[in-house]
Amino acid sequence: MNATTFPGNVETTDAGYLVEGGRTLWSWLTTHDHKRIAVLYTIAITLFFFLGGAAATLMRLTLVHPDGRLMSAENYNKTFTFHGVVMVWFFLIPSIPSTMGNFLVPLMIGARDVAFPRLNLFSWYLYMIGGLFTVAALLLGGVDTGWTFYTPFSTMFSNSNVILVVVGVFVTGFSTILTGMNLIVTTHMMRAPGMHWYRLPLFVWAMYATSVVMMLATPVLAMTLSLIGLERLAGVGIFDPALGGDPILFQHFFWFYSHPAVYIMILPAMGVVSELICNGVRGKIFGYKFMAWSLFAIAFIGFLVWGHHMFVAGQSMYASIVFSILSFAVAVPSAIKVFNWLATLHKGTIVFHAPMIYTLGFIGLFTLGGMTGLFLAAVALDVNLTDTYFVVAHFHYIMVGGSVMAYLGGIHYWWPKATGRLYPEGVAKIAAWLMFVGFNLTFFPQYVLGYEGMPRRYHQYLPRYQDLNILSSVGAAILAVSYLMPLCYLGYSLFRGKSAPANPWRATGLEWTTASPPPEHNFPATPVVTCGPYEYRD
Amino acid sequence: MNATLPEAAVQQQFDDASQQKEAAMLGMWAFIATEVLFFGVLFAAYVVCRWRFPLAFVEGSAHTDFAMGTTETAILLTSGCLAAIALRQIQLDRARQSAVLLMITSALGMAFLILHGMEYHDEFEEGLIPGIRYTQTGPDARGVELFFSLYYVITGFHSLHVLIGVVVLLVMAIRSWRGAFSSAYYTPIEITGLYWSLVDIVWIFVYPAIYLVGSAG
Amino acid sequence: MIAMQPQASNFAVPIDHMFDAMLALCGTVSLGVFVVMFWFCVKYRRGSHADREGRATQKLGLEIAWTLIPFLLFVGIFAWSIDLWTMLRTPPADAMPIYVVAKQWMWKVQHTNGRREIDALHVPLGVPVRLIMTSEDVIHSFYVPDFRVKQDVVPGRYTALWFTATKLGDYPLLCSEYCGTDHAAMLGTVTVMPAKDYQQWLKASASLAPAQAGRRLFVQFGCSGCHDPGSGIRAPDLRGVYGTQVQLADGRRASVDDRYLHDAIMLPAGRRVAGYAPIMPAYQSRIDEEDVLALMAYIKSLKAAPSEAEAGHAH
Repeated sequence: MNATTFPGNVETTDAGYLVEGGRTLWSWLTTHDHKRIAVLYTIAITLFFFLGGAAATLMRLTLVHPDGRLMSAENYNKTFTFHGVVMVWFFLIPSIPSTMGNFLVPLMIGARDVAFPRLNLFSWYLYMIGGLFTVAALLLGGVDTGWTFYTPFSTMFSNSNVILVVVGVFVTGFSTILTGMNLIVTTHMMRAPGMHWYRLPLFVWAMYATSVVMMLATPVLAMTLSLIGLERLAGVGIFDPALGGDPILFQHFFWFYSHPAVYIMILPAMGVVSELICNGVRGKIFGYKFMAWSLFAIAFIGFLVWGHHMFVAGQSMYASIVFSILSFAVAVPSAIKVFNWLATLHKGTIVFHAPMIYTLGFIGLFTLGGMTGLFLAAVALDVNLTDTYFVVAHFHYIMVGGSVMAYLGGIHYWWPKATGRLYPEGVAKIAAWLMFVGFNLTFFPQYVLGYEGMPRRYHQYLPRYQDLNILSSVGAAILAVSYLMPLCYLGYSLFRGKSAPANPWRATGLEWTTASPPPEHNFPATPVVTCGPYEYRD
Repeated sequence: MNATLPEAAVQQQFDDASQQKEAAMLGMWAFIATEVLFFGVLFAAYVVCRWRFPLAFVEGSAHTDFAMGTTETAILLTSGCLAAIALRQIQLDRARQSAVLLMITSALGMAFLILHGMEYHDEFEEGLIPGIRYTQTGPDARGVELFFSLYYVITGFHSLHVLIGVVVLLVMAIRSWRGAFSSAYYTPIEITGLYWSLVDIVWIFVYPAIYLVGSAG
Repeated sequence: MIAMQPQASNFAVPIDHMFDAMLALCGTVSLGVFVVMFWFCVKYRRGSHADREGRATQKLGLEIAWTLIPFLLFVGIFAWSIDLWTMLRTPPADAMPIYVVAKQWMWKVQHTNGRREIDALHVPLGVPVRLIMTSEDVIHSFYVPDFRVKQDVVPGRYTALWFTATKLGDYPLLCSEYCGTDHAAMLGTVTVMPAKDYQQWLKASASLAPAQAGRRLFVQFGCSGCHDPGSGIRAPDLRGVYGTQVQLADGRRASVDDRYLHDAIMLPAGRRVAGYAPIMPAYQSRIDEEDVLALMAYIKSLKAAPSEAEAGHAH
């Protein structure tokens, strides 16, 4: 790859991998091509996103009235459970790794495919089967345990389809594990000649760190879910106090997975942001090595903080103290990243394309969300704020203001590469701004609601909280529109979009040296790498 | 012996056979790491429950069949040894010897499962299966019930892994007999061996935790 | 500043102080991030004539600075928070105990003299109160926003929460751990009254003090048959046992505290004292949590038996 010329703007009339390898549905469903599998994932994930979004819509509509008249309490409980289960396991966790991770990692390292293409396809089928179980659970009457499945409610008291959902998530968990395995082995073994570790794009580093977390955390979830299922089926009793068990043991197991899970959701987003910001700034990232290693610091420390979800659960006062200091520690590498991104803007030549708008939005909203995390890490403050809307606002700032914005930014950025089409830039900018506004209007009031004492998972609430709830619901409506817009114009661009050149952003990175869309085996010849990433010279 | 020995069919995504082999090995090690975490949860639950009900765990363990458990241990450890020798054989191009050893390893795994099935059957007769047939009374009954719940979950998942191994070993044995492997290419046997070692090692932790509680001193 | 919420307990003011300080700090940092971002975006937008010479891509000093400074700030916040946390978790020795049993979907409260209430908690102004809580069924959480206190209420164990009410009035009590269908309807009211009024209120509804109710249950459930002094069965003497240490049959030592007594009644297997036969039945499904509290109150009221030496010198 030559650093001084951009091998872009090579016109292509060929539709690359979209056509090579077969044009039938069957050829897609039996593909080994990582790019096609990424597309399969993207379609499925989009579907689940809107399913989870529909649940959110119902929730925000109900919360307009303090008496929750729109829905029975039971139905509301099932709705927020569905929203959480779908958004966490069927959207957020696979969102970037299974779409952009699958599509881009081989391209970025100069490989022809991932290490285990058949396992890759198998992971998609596992995801779909898991999804089927979960939708079935919904159609057969839903689940009302919350996505956190706390015992003994989920094991001994809930009269809903817990086992069905638990099986669905269990199966999908293996999709995550296989994806992680594939990405790790691919990154280790299949880099092109000259692609040393410190020449890798930060997205690849991010996917690697994410994959380590995916592989080590998800099995814990799998076993914990199995134990719930067994307790419901056979009355095992490990979590049931009536049988000598301990409900708080469940919380420890659950959060041991679920805290690293949130890093599975944010690390890839950070990788995307690093890629997009370099292109938007037309320059190298500031502090490349710190950026790379901070990903691993976050991943590692992230395994040690799970007890901060349990400060008031009944664990010992001293355990809470330890988890508190570790939770502050995990914020340090995140802070490092934010400062490095800001420094990257310095003396750059900044272009405000839609991906850059999403990127800047991410940095701001992730900072806000992260700051509120500090409130929650402080045990004394957490006592008042935990299990209120403050926490709901905190994690939505990170996961929606952070991860979803990064996901959309990445989708826009690599859209020309993956589809061979350009999307309409003007509309995209409007949607990005609308999303930023709608998002803040939806979730900022929730910080105040939480501070004022409104608990989460409440179907009805004290009337004094109504004004802020209405504001939040209005914001949600705007947010919904801003999500529907890309669905429309990106879909439209597939049929009517202008043909994309190989490198429409004049970006660095091996993926931009091949055609848009890439041929089935990615590169005509194996690239040889002679310099680091982000060698922008204009 | 002068016919060309099988080489790895290098899949299109790999540059060469050695890259393919290294990828397979790393993949299997990564998978083993996930299994450690998977079983780790059960062992953590076991530790917590045993700390709460130490006497009940001794009593529960006394109800398990020590002779069967020890025999099963011997079978699995032997099979692990044979799997290692099978790998050595194929490295020396002795495909048929390797096939036979793999077949015996698989058969030993099957024997393990049969013995374990017999254990489960006996435990059913004695009323030691919580949730299905549990007839224990006495002051420690609850703790014993917890012990057995853990016993079934741990050995159940372990047996599932043994079963998968039995099938895979059989497939490897057949392929080896038919000449699919050589000193130039035996990766599938090697990663199968790694998997089987995992199955062995998990059992090495299961055996004392279930069958030997309170037996020391 | 932001204390628009009533500050009705001894914790509210210090916690609000910390919250306000955090708000100021985090607000400043966030504002700083936005301002810097905006400023750089304007100054360095493509087409502007800003000086872009010598764009740096690494500066170790800067990296160390923005690693260490946040870390030190965080340690400071942590230390402040732990100071408050220790206060939250360390009730005064003379705090007045009140018992709470949560169940789907109500709060059952019992005061020391036996007076009971449902979905309501009357407390005296200025007197430290310690709530000892358990659940009949699933996990709930006792949350009084205006007191800034919250504690999960867990089945099978006791959790505690303490406060001193500092303002008269009625304050909402909310369940803040999802517990099923009517989680959002599990509301109550905490009423703070002047201490004298509270004493009168307590006496107003005469019911059996917990210890007396406990004695009745002790006989009713057959406990006295083994545990009363002079019974024919060899069972541990419960007089003065609360607060002592005992040697268990499995070799461990245990403190005879609330949790121990609760478990020894419900599931005696793991709590058996060394030297006694395992013949005590389990009461798990036969008595409810409120009865256990009464039995415990009775056992706690039993004074230690006079020792032989004392008996010898009694006259």
